[in-house]
Amino acid sequence: MPEERRVISVIVINEASVLSRIAGLFSGRGYNIDSLTVAPIPESKYSRITIVTQGSVLVIEQIIKQLHKLIPVLKVYEHANLVEKEMALVKFPVTECLSDIAALCAAYNGKIVNVSEDFMICNVADIPQRVDNFLKAIKRFHPKEIVRSGVVAMEI
Amino acid sequence: MQISGAQMVIESLIAENVEVVFGYPGGAIMNVYDEIYKQNGFQHVLARHEQAAIHAAEGYSKATGRVGVAMITSGPGFTNAVTGLADAYMDSIPMVVISGQVPMSLIGTDAFQEIDAVGISRPCTKHNYLVTDAKDLPRILKEAFYIASTGRPGPVHVDIPKDVTAQIEEFVYPESIELETYKPTVKGNARQIKKAIDAIGEASRPIFYLGGGIINSNAADEVRELVNMTNIPSVETLMARGTLGADNENLISMLGMHGSYAANMSMSEADLMIAIGARFDDRVTGKLSEFAKHARIIHIDIDPASISKLVNADFPIVGDVKNVVKEMIPLAKERIDGQKYAQWRETVANFDKLHPLSYQDSDEVLKPQWVVERIGQLLGDDANITTDVGQHQMWAAQFYPFSRPRQWITSGGLGTMGFGFPAAIGVKRGCPDKVSINVTGDGSILMNIQELMTAVEYKLPVINVILNNNYLGMVRQWQTMFYDKRHSQTDLSMQPDFVMLAQSFGGLGYRVKTKEEFDAALKDAVEKNVVALIDVTVNRLENVLPMVPSGGSLFNMMLEYKDK
Repeated sequence: MPEERRVISVIVINEASVLSRIAGLFSGRGYNIDSLTVAPIPESKYSRITIVTQGSVLVIEQIIKQLHKLIPVLKVYEHANLVEKEMALVKFPVTECLSDIAALCAAYNGKIVNVSEDFMICNVADIPQRVDNFLKAIKRFHPKEIVRSGVVAMEI
Repeated sequence: MQISGAQMVIESLIAENVEVVFGYPGGAIMNVYDEIYKQNGFQHVLARHEQAAIHAAEGYSKATGRVGVAMITSGPGFTNAVTGLADAYMDSIPMVVISGQVPMSLIGTDAFQEIDAVGISRPCTKHNYLVTDAKDLPRILKEAFYIASTGRPGPVHVDIPKDVTAQIEEFVYPESIELETYKPTVKGNARQIKKAIDAIGEASRPIFYLGGGIINSNAADEVRELVNMTNIPSVETLMARGTLGADNENLISMLGMHGSYAANMSMSEADLMIAIGARFDDRVTGKLSEFAKHARIIHIDIDPASISKLVNADFPIVGDVKNVVKEMIPLAKERIDGQKYAQWRETVANFDKLHPLSYQDSDEVLKPQWVVERIGQLLGDDANITTDVGQHQMWAAQFYPFSRPRQWITSGGLGTMGFGFPAAIGVKRGCPDKVSINVTGDGSILMNIQELMTAVEYKLPVINVILNNNYLGMVRQWQTMFYDKRHSQTDLSMQPDFVMLAQSFGGLGYRVKTKEEFDAALKDAVEKNVVALIDVTVNRLENVLPMVPSGGSLFNMMLEYKDK
């Protein structure tokens, strides 16, 4: 059974312990979570959790059923048709070529967001694979620190 | 009404019609125990170990169908209870377990007797709560009982810090509960049910695979009606023993690792399987790819996660077994000819004639199977049977003539040694009119032997029948068969004097080596109605047979074992 990348959305009641219930389902079975994002859904008591993981159809089917069984979980669905975005923040020494970096960022829906005496910080927001590409491309500018947000997704 | 969190616990339990709580006090739960002292709405049974308190509540719940309630303190009190929680979770037993916790201000400081209880109980409960405000307590307890007893039942753990039990708030117990995110499907899909009935009608070799969900759903009457009407051969899992009754002519026997040859062969030959409240446990299926591989599968279960988890179901029906089977009955009456499967029934009967479930009795030494059969002959329907885990458990499941649901209480999923005696105490508390027999082994009984004190104190006369072979028998059997007889750490020749042991707690002990002695001991213990240990010396190297070696196929059974 081929292991494929999966994006799962889980709508949960926004309460303490719900995240550990969900993470526990994965860790207890020895499955890794590639990325996980959580944020409240506006004007509701719910939060949306977006999980990116790897697994075969059977494994994911079982995980989705088990997620459904958790009491504070309202809805679970695996995305088939979706828009995905991920953000990354990157810190460069201010001595690197500002204009080159700014141009690269722009190509990936980003820009320089902060400059201090020693460092500048830029952000990009794109589909995860393009964020990967961006991070490869900026290696030669000696990034000091990289922070990725994890994926958010929406069904088309 | 302005009352403390501790009082709220009492009032809530009374509102839920709880008649007995099994527990053990300690520092963090003292506020609640103080209120227990002052009330007379329910009885508190003081176990002598927290694990036993949970098992007793499990036994009570399994025997009565009610929610079992247990109470323990923080830290070690809670960690001792974890085995019980896991056991109840694996066997889907409705339970509410309340534990004390250190005060909110001390949580996370490595306080005395502090442990992250909800962190530990999360994977072994259906749901759990850490109560951070007494205002939430009535709602949480209402939810706990509701969640424990609906859908696929299971244990719910409520952890209450000591300052929350001291906090004074307005108390109103909610009358009903609605959880937006928890709505078990109880009614089966009508179209799926029709399709399933048609599939049964088309089949020529159908088989019912009956599981413990039938007992949980109180659906044995309905299932029996369906089975009798259709005349379809049926097998029971370990957890379903007692569903059809031993004298039902459609019942083949138990299936699985130590199931009968006929049950396992019929399953292997069937062209349609109707799984009801069963979950395809590995001890049932053996090698999955070979399990009932000629059969299309109808699977009825309240838990969607159980369906197509291990074996793909051709006709999945999510719903409460009782509801679904009730809807199947009139359709089956219309569309299924009960005479149709005569030839298949004959095949099944021939399997049974070829290798019936049996054992070689002896005049020289007591056979454990004889002891189980004899209890059945002497007490039959009058006894409830609990067991521990191991060879004795399998012999009890194979040879006791079960006649009704909830007569048989055993630790199936988790396989917890030490379960039987405390569970039998809970069973006796729930069903005082039946004789409570715990069939146990010389290994298992020592794992909760301190409960002799509980049984004696509360006059809950459990009769423990120890099938004593001076071995950790089931492990010894595997070592004999699969590890070249290297009996590593399974020789239990060092033993206490069980007669004196029972006496020292105020119970009665019997030493039994012959059939006559066994009859006399059992009759005496039943008559005197006391807590008893009957130490029965049985054949030391008896094996549980037949057997499907772990990972083997059901149709490839070891029918006898010849010592090399």
